[in-house]
Amino acid sequence: MQLIPCPWCGPREEAEYHYGGQAHIAYPDDPQGLTDQEWAQYVFFRDNPKGPFAERWMHSAGCRRWFNAVRDTATHRLLTVYRSGEPRPEVPTP
Amino acid sequence: MTADQLARVAITETPRLTQLSLRLDPAGSSSAPVAAVLGARLPTAPCTWAAAPEADLLWLGPDEWLLLAPPDTADLAPSLRHAIAPHFGTVTDVSSQRTAFDLTGPGAPDLLAHGCAIDLHPRSSPTGTCVQTLLAQTGVTLLVLDDAPQAPTLRLLVRTSFAPYLRSWLGDVASGT
Ligand SMILES: [Zn+2]
Repeated sequence: MQLIPCPWCGPREEAEYHYGGQAHIAYPDDPQGLTDQEWAQYVFFRDNPKGPFAERWMHSAGCRRWFNAVRDTATHRLLTVYRSGEPRPEVPTP
Repeated sequence: MTADQLARVAITETPRLTQLSLRLDPAGSSSAPVAAVLGARLPTAPCTWAAAPEADLLWLGPDEWLLLAPPDTADLAPSLRHAIAPHFGTVTDVSSQRTAFDLTGPGAPDLLAHGCAIDLHPRSSPTGTCVQTLLAQTGVTLLVLDDAPQAPTLRLLVRTSFAPYLRSWLGDVASGT
């Protein structure tokens, strides 16, 4: 089983984690002012790159903290993890 | 590890421990008054626990701890609430959420290795380790009470509703079935 490094607890089995989708999607500043189309973009539309992708994960069976990870979607390799609130680190392209 | 050593792991339940869930910012103003009540500062290193005069202090997250005290320690929660009141933080009595199983014997780490991926060798998990993980698909909090190779003692905190299942699982592994 793949090990995912929690920024608090260290490497743990993938089964201890929950996936949370794309990271760094800011809540709209003025939700009332959004058109239906913009609202749909915010709620439903996500990037789908092949390669490094910043995602949210939660260590649900451990410390139950959300954190961010950059994962290569082609290899399923976790390139880096960082605590929520921290900026996305530079990841050397493999 | 021989089957004999697994079979000789002593498994005892320590029920009805007083358990308090404590949430606060360790860098905030509530940290010092809480430490004064407990007689020690809360551990801030991830996945550790520390013994304090008033309770065992278990790190569960960067702003969350579980305090273990003997059964019916009725005065701890009110004193903590009193200390925290002018600041930001919460104290919740969660005593009935979990029960504790204590495993003692040289075979104890190997017994758990049948269903748990945590490396329980003293090199990785010395006395003072406190991890939340999965054991046989069940969420547990695992404490290394004593890492002495001749007689290690491990404590499992498990949700009350999962306790009969986990106790049977431990029995099955110990008896090799
Ligand atoms: Zn964690």
